[in-house]
Amino acid sequence: MSIHRIALAVLVIISITSFTAATPGPGTIQGKVTYTGTPAKPKPIDMSKEPSCAKMHTTPATTANAVTGPGNSLENVVVYISAGATDNPAAGGTVSFDQKGCEYQPHVAALQVGQELKITNSDQTSHNINAMAKANAPWNKSQPPGAPPFSEKFDKAEFIPIKCNVHPWMHAYFAVLSTSHFAVSGPEGDYKLPNLAPGKYTVTAWHESFGTQTQEITIGAGETKAVNFVFQAKPY
Amino acid sequence: MGKIFALVVVAVAIATAYFVVAHVYWMPEDISVHGHLIDEQITETTAGAGILFLLGQFVLAAFVFLYGDSKGTRKLKSWPGGAKPLIWASIVLIGIEVLTLSFIGSKAWGAVYFSPVDPNSLHVDVQAEQFAFYFRYAGPDGQFGGIHPELINEGSQNYFGLDPANDVAARDDIVVGTLTIPVNKPILLTLHSKDVGHSFFVRELRIQQDFVPGITIPIHFIATKTGKYEIVCTQLCGLGHYNMKAYLEVVTQDGFDQFLKAQSAQ
Repeated sequence: MSIHRIALAVLVIISITSFTAATPGPGTIQGKVTYTGTPAKPKPIDMSKEPSCAKMHTTPATTANAVTGPGNSLENVVVYISAGATDNPAAGGTVSFDQKGCEYQPHVAALQVGQELKITNSDQTSHNINAMAKANAPWNKSQPPGAPPFSEKFDKAEFIPIKCNVHPWMHAYFAVLSTSHFAVSGPEGDYKLPNLAPGKYTVTAWHESFGTQTQEITIGAGETKAVNFVFQAKPY
Repeated sequence: MGKIFALVVVAVAIATAYFVVAHVYWMPEDISVHGHLIDEQITETTAGAGILFLLGQFVLAAFVFLYGDSKGTRKLKSWPGGAKPLIWASIVLIGIEVLTLSFIGSKAWGAVYFSPVDPNSLHVDVQAEQFAFYFRYAGPDGQFGGIHPELINEGSQNYFGLDPANDVAARDDIVVGTLTIPVNKPILLTLHSKDVGHSFFVRELRIQQDFVPGITIPIHFIATKTGKYEIVCTQLCGLGHYNMKAYLEVVTQDGFDQFLKAQSAQ
C-alpha cells in the first residue's frame, strides 16, 4: 500500500473514532452535603393527643428540621441547577406524599413546576394539609380517614412550608422548582444530578434551617464532577 | 281518659326523677379540693328544681284527674284575693330560691376565684392553639423565658416562640404536650392563647376556664388523686375543635421529680 493510502486509512480511522467519541455524553454533578458546628438535637414529638398515631411509634417520632447522619451529613437538602440548563418541560409521573403515623413522608418533597403531586392519608385520623404558599395560591384540604388521595400542581417555583391544621407538630416542605435537574440529599448526605449537557452551571443547595448556598461549576462532555456543600449548623 | 292521662303524668314524673335521684348518670369522680363545693351546688339546685318540678306535675295530674272528664263548663273557685297575691307569691318564692342558690354558690365561686394563690404553687404556663394544648415548665433555673410570637416555629417544636439563642432563661424551659402535676400540691396555671378563643376543661377537677386571646388568665387548684384525665377544649375554635385535647397526669411527687429530670436531660 502506498504511504498515501496508509495515511488516509489512519486519518479515516482516527476521525471515525474521534467522531463517535466526541458526541457529547451527558455529564453528572454529584456530591455530599455536610455541616459544621452543632445542630439542634432532634426532639421527641408528643403525640398523646392523637392516640391512633401515638401507638404507631414504639419510640417517639422526632423533629425533622435538621436531620443529620454519619460523618456530619445533612439530609433533606434540595440541590438543583439554578442557572445554565435549558429547563425541560415537567417530567411526567407523579410525586407521592403521604400522611402516615401523623408525620409527613417525605419531609421534603421536590417536584417541578406543573408536575403532579399526589397526597394520601394513610392514617386512622383526619388530616388537614395546609400549603402556606406565597407565590402560588395557598390552599388547605381535609382528608378524613379512608378518603381517596388527591392531586395538586403548582405553577410557580417556590419553597412552600406545609403544616397540618389538626396536628401542629406536622411540618414539611414542597420544593417546587422550575428546573428538572434536582435531587434531595439522602441519609448519607449524598445527591446526584445526572444527564447534564456540557456547560457552565450554578448549583444551589437549600436547607430549611441552615439557609441556601450556591456554587458554579463547568462540566465537559461525559464528565462527573463533585460539588460538595458545607452548611453552618446552629443549635437554636 | 283524663284519669289515665293523670296517672301517666305522675308515672313519667316519678320515673324522670328516679334517674336523677338514683344518680344513674351522674358526675365523674371529684379529684379536686374545691370540687365538692361545686358538686353540692349542683345537688342543691337539682333538688330545689326537682321538688318544684314534682309538685307542679302532681298538681297538674290532680286537676286533670279530678276535673278532666267532667262535661259542661264548671267555674273553679278563684284563688283568694285574685291574681295579684298569686303573682306576688310566685315572685317571692322564686326570688328566695334564686337568692339562696346564689348565696350558697358564692362559696364555690369564691373558693375558685378569690382564694389567694399559694406562693409555693407549681407554676405551669399553658398555651392553647389550633388545635392542641402545650404546657411549659420553668425548668431547673425556675425562670420562664420570654415569649416572642415572631419566633414561633412548629416544625422545630418551638410552640411558645422561645429565644434560647439569646435568652438564657429560655434554654431550660420544658415544653410538653401532656400536663404532668404532683398530687396534693397547689398548682397555678397561667392560660394564654396563641390564636383564637379556646377553653380548658377537666371534668374531674371541676375546672373550666376560657382562653381569651390577648389576656393571660391564672387558675389554681389542688388535685387529690393520681391518675390520667382528659383536658378537652370546650370553646369552639375551628374545624379541629372536636379533636383538641390533651391529657392530665396526676402523679406522686417522686413520679413528678422523675418526669422533670427526664425532660431536663433532653
